[in-house]
Amino acid sequence: MDTHLKDGAAPVPGDYKSDVKPIWCPGCGDYSVLAGITRAMAAMGLERHNTAVVSGIGCSSRIPAYTSVYGFHGVHGRALAVASGLKLARPDLTVLVFGGDGDGFSIGGNHFLHACRRNVDLTYIVMDNQVYGMTKGQASPTTEADWCESKLTPEGPGVNPIQPVALALSCGANFVARGYSGDPNEVARLIVEGVRHPGFAVIHVLSPCVTFRPEQRSWKGAVHPYGREPTDDPAQAMRAVLEDDGFGLGIFLAGNRRPFHPAVAATAGIAEIEEGFAV
Amino acid sequence: MAVDSVTIALVGSGGAGVMTAGQMLLDAAAAVGWYGLMSRSSGPQIRGGEAAAMVRLSPSPVHGPGDRFDLIVAFDWQNVERFAAELPLSADSVIVTDPAQGAVPAVLAASGARIIEMPIKELAARIAGGRVNMVGLGAVAQTVGLPRAGIDAVIAKALGKKGEAAIQASNAGYDAGAKEAAGWGLGLELAAPQGTGAVRWNISGNEAAGLGALKGGVRFCAAYPITPATEILEWLAPNLARTGGTLVQAEDELASITMCLGASFGGVPSLTATAGPGLSLMTEAIGLGVASETPVVIIDVQRGGPSTGIPTKSEQSDLNIAVYGLHGDAPHLVVGPTSIGDCLFTAQWAVHLAEALQTPCIMLSDQSLGQARAVIDRPADAPFTAGRLLAEGLDGEARYKRYADTPSGISPVAIPGMPGGEHTADGLEHAESALPSSQAADHQTQLDKRLRKLTAFDFGPHWAEIEGEGEVAVVTWGSATGPAREAVKRLEAAGGKARLVAIRLLAPVQPAKLAQALEGVTRVLVVEQTHGAQFHKFLRAHYDLPGSVTVFSRPGPLPIRAREVHEALLSLI
Repeated sequence: MDTHLKDGAAPVPGDYKSDVKPIWCPGCGDYSVLAGITRAMAAMGLERHNTAVVSGIGCSSRIPAYTSVYGFHGVHGRALAVASGLKLARPDLTVLVFGGDGDGFSIGGNHFLHACRRNVDLTYIVMDNQVYGMTKGQASPTTEADWCESKLTPEGPGVNPIQPVALALSCGANFVARGYSGDPNEVARLIVEGVRHPGFAVIHVLSPCVTFRPEQRSWKGAVHPYGREPTDDPAQAMRAVLEDDGFGLGIFLAGNRRPFHPAVAATAGIAEIEEGFAV
Repeated sequence: MAVDSVTIALVGSGGAGVMTAGQMLLDAAAAVGWYGLMSRSSGPQIRGGEAAAMVRLSPSPVHGPGDRFDLIVAFDWQNVERFAAELPLSADSVIVTDPAQGAVPAVLAASGARIIEMPIKELAARIAGGRVNMVGLGAVAQTVGLPRAGIDAVIAKALGKKGEAAIQASNAGYDAGAKEAAGWGLGLELAAPQGTGAVRWNISGNEAAGLGALKGGVRFCAAYPITPATEILEWLAPNLARTGGTLVQAEDELASITMCLGASFGGVPSLTATAGPGLSLMTEAIGLGVASETPVVIIDVQRGGPSTGIPTKSEQSDLNIAVYGLHGDAPHLVVGPTSIGDCLFTAQWAVHLAEALQTPCIMLSDQSLGQARAVIDRPADAPFTAGRLLAEGLDGEARYKRYADTPSGISPVAIPGMPGGEHTADGLEHAESALPSSQAADHQTQLDKRLRKLTAFDFGPHWAEIEGEGEVAVVTWGSATGPAREAVKRLEAAGGKARLVAIRLLAPVQPAKLAQALEGVTRVLVVEQTHGAQFHKFLRAHYDLPGSVTVFSRPGPLPIRAREVHEALLSLI
């Protein structure tokens, strides 16, 4: 595997792919999301050594190993915290975060809330298949209340699914969009816009799990363009999201909140600080 | 005749200003050349409630609390029963009490201590802007023979911003108290400062830990506030900023430790600080640090447990979770500072070790070190800084192996920004290439490698503090070291002999080194502040202890006192 882009040549998506074969099931939506990711990286001409991808645990969280940039594959639910620390310590890096609906909204729910309000300059691509695939098919926080296919919840989870885009907006996320894995070019476009937008960008990607939710094949006919120009007004974006059927694609909000980043210029040496303790 | 050590408690409910007065007493004593230690006792109340500032002063460095209180000045007796057990008295002790606040509680009066009545509140009320705590401070200062110059410096520094009227009121209160005490004749005048010429610091253990982290190279901290660790964060927040670093108040402990792992993956030495409950929440991610070989330092300022336990009082009972709490086979570093000043050295060493060995290091401080403030000789500069073995030759044809199986167990690491070093750090078991692997051979190789990093490393002489000689040895760690050290010195002063072995490096264990330290020893006294004798059991599990072993172990919140260790030692002689 080449570790450097060829001098002078325009980068292509293949430059950002590793030679590792994904563990995903045949037909998994995440293959197309991965294609969208590498297309976005190529479109932006990201330097591989200055790019990092961070994930938690789950099917979609395997993505770092399938890219050729720096990566951190952590534990369930903590991807956004790992990425926040990395970006705050190394603001020179482009940092993308990948995960699924369980990782992001259940075990990692608290980090999602605070990543939205903290507004560190990260791009978070959450692949939502409304099921826990890696543990073989349990309900997730986005699963419908009456989905009865899980042995854990044979009568259905019985609780309302959360709406990731509305949640992101209500927590103050600065850039909120929705894509569909069946359209990797659009996913790539949203990622490029998200990376370029300063602050925390949430890209909700509908990515079917054809193994445990084969009926999700029908999403192909359900998705539709969201149909409006992106707004910088969170209230307007929220109204539009609430009117949407959950299958509208596009950029709901491109806000103008200032990204969170503390100053990093040193103004004192250790010796000066130590003097404060002298009797 | 002047005394070598005097132990004072200022007691009062919230608003009486006991902590301020204690702080000023310590600062004033420091200003005129004495050493000292101030610890706090307070209840769980946020404001108000019972409180005591406990100050021990001496012409020479102070290792721990006094055996008993020589002098208690009580502004009031509200709820004092709640911590009367922390105020040991004898018939030689003196209780100064304001008669307007009622009788001395029976639980204290039963000691037979001499009782002196002083109208503290009335004296303060006679002064415009007068405060009881300054009256009490004046009485204490007079009793111990504190030169006026000391308090002048402190009042000017503490009240300079409040204006001349406040300074005058404080001086008047101080003088009123001093005048009252002038005729008491208690014989508690402290011996003159010895004037060693050393630069002295006035520092708390939590501040020292923060400074040690900075000196070690930490430039990122993410943490969630928890008693009694918060002062580390409060000290680091401005000082990290001054040194170009960043502190983030995270949403919880899970975020704290994983933010640190992210920053550290980015090449920036990182630290979080917490107490027992927070450490529990972090243990999964500490395992991630072990597996992904990402250095991080976690300072656990221990408190009474389990669960929320006694948040404001000390204990050493997180030893088990720090050493054994991680899932899987997860070799990592655990260190414990032996004194307030050593919080600096140990934190700095912890950063160095974590970075050198690319693995998490848990530092076990505790409330009695962290929240106590001492006047100490400036600790010597230590040569430990963060230095990670970086990958080289990444431009070559060979694929970079992040987790290469090396003789030392340490794999050269590529940091984001280094071309050719692109890899994914992984908490899943992995091959040398860093790609996830569940193969038996890869698991064995990586487990061996991660253990070998620790067992093959030379920790030098810093694994323990070893003093004295003889066939009797005190083996201890952490905050129990101070009273143990004082007990050994007391024994030596009377012509006895004992060794002190205070283990700073708790994990990985150093059986050969301890065996050497205990050569010729026939009786061992283990000293620790836990209910279940965790340290003793830890020693039993990993070391061969020679001869007969006696255990002095008790839970918090009562501090271990030198007298108790001395008595235990005498019974072994």
